[in-house]
Amino acid sequence: MAISIDKVMQYHETALLLRSKRSEVLASNIANANTPGYKAKDFDFSRALQEAQSAQQSSMVKTHQNHFGPSGVSDVSMKYIVPFQTGTGDGNSVDLPSQQTAFAQNALEYQMSMRFLNSKIKGMLSALKGE
Amino acid sequence: MALYNIFNIAGSALSANSVLLNTTASNMANANSVTSNTGDTYQAKHPVFATLYQNQRVSQSNLPGVQVTDIISSNAEPIRKHSPEHPMADEDGYIYMANINLVEEMANMITASRAYQTNLQVADTAKKLLQQTLKLGQ
Repeated sequence: MAISIDKVMQYHETALLLRSKRSEVLASNIANANTPGYKAKDFDFSRALQEAQSAQQSSMVKTHQNHFGPSGVSDVSMKYIVPFQTGTGDGNSVDLPSQQTAFAQNALEYQMSMRFLNSKIKGMLSALKGE
Repeated sequence: MALYNIFNIAGSALSANSVLLNTTASNMANANSVTSNTGDTYQAKHPVFATLYQNQRVSQSNLPGVQVTDIISSNAEPIRKHSPEHPMADEDGYIYMANINLVEEMANMITASRAYQTNLQVADTAKKLLQQTLKLGQ
């Protein structure tokens, strides 16, 4: 039986990269909570994960530098958040409490993915040691 | 890795909000300062916030921080007060005081300190996540 370490780790690795991307997006929203005219952005995590997974499984090959590749982790499709409260007076659409909670939740989910990855590594290690 | 970029983003917000806190402190400190002519009177100062892109290319994946592009002086008329016994009074017996809205300044102060706390928390969370990532597999 051949175990592909790459395949074992791949799912959580993609998830971790997307989580860190999302925390960056949310941090940017929080940083611009008082900037006039700033529009809050976000992306759908589960959809981005699905797209990244299918991009890795498909075996499309770029034969020209101008070809579009399958959308990976680096270029997730960002959307503007529909504001909860319209017309704050300065054109800013950041709802700070919702962004803060989303950031905290995302950080927890990052730790969750990390723990899954860690237990995979531990399992592999104990199999190697044969203890 | 995207987590490193959080330090730049949250850091830019920290410095922008400390500028806001600084100008607010300056405005409140000068709320009662007196001059003998309108030209020398202290004018309230307010920073202008704008999005700051890390590099020139503005795209969807390039996430902005925040910067202070300008500090504008308020053009509110100084308060003229008749006080002939004041040592700084002009020949007509008037002194001029800075026209500062203390309520507005207090609100700005709270905004700045809350935003500072929030962004510090964001940077701290990013630091913790990175530390845990470094320990992966140990």
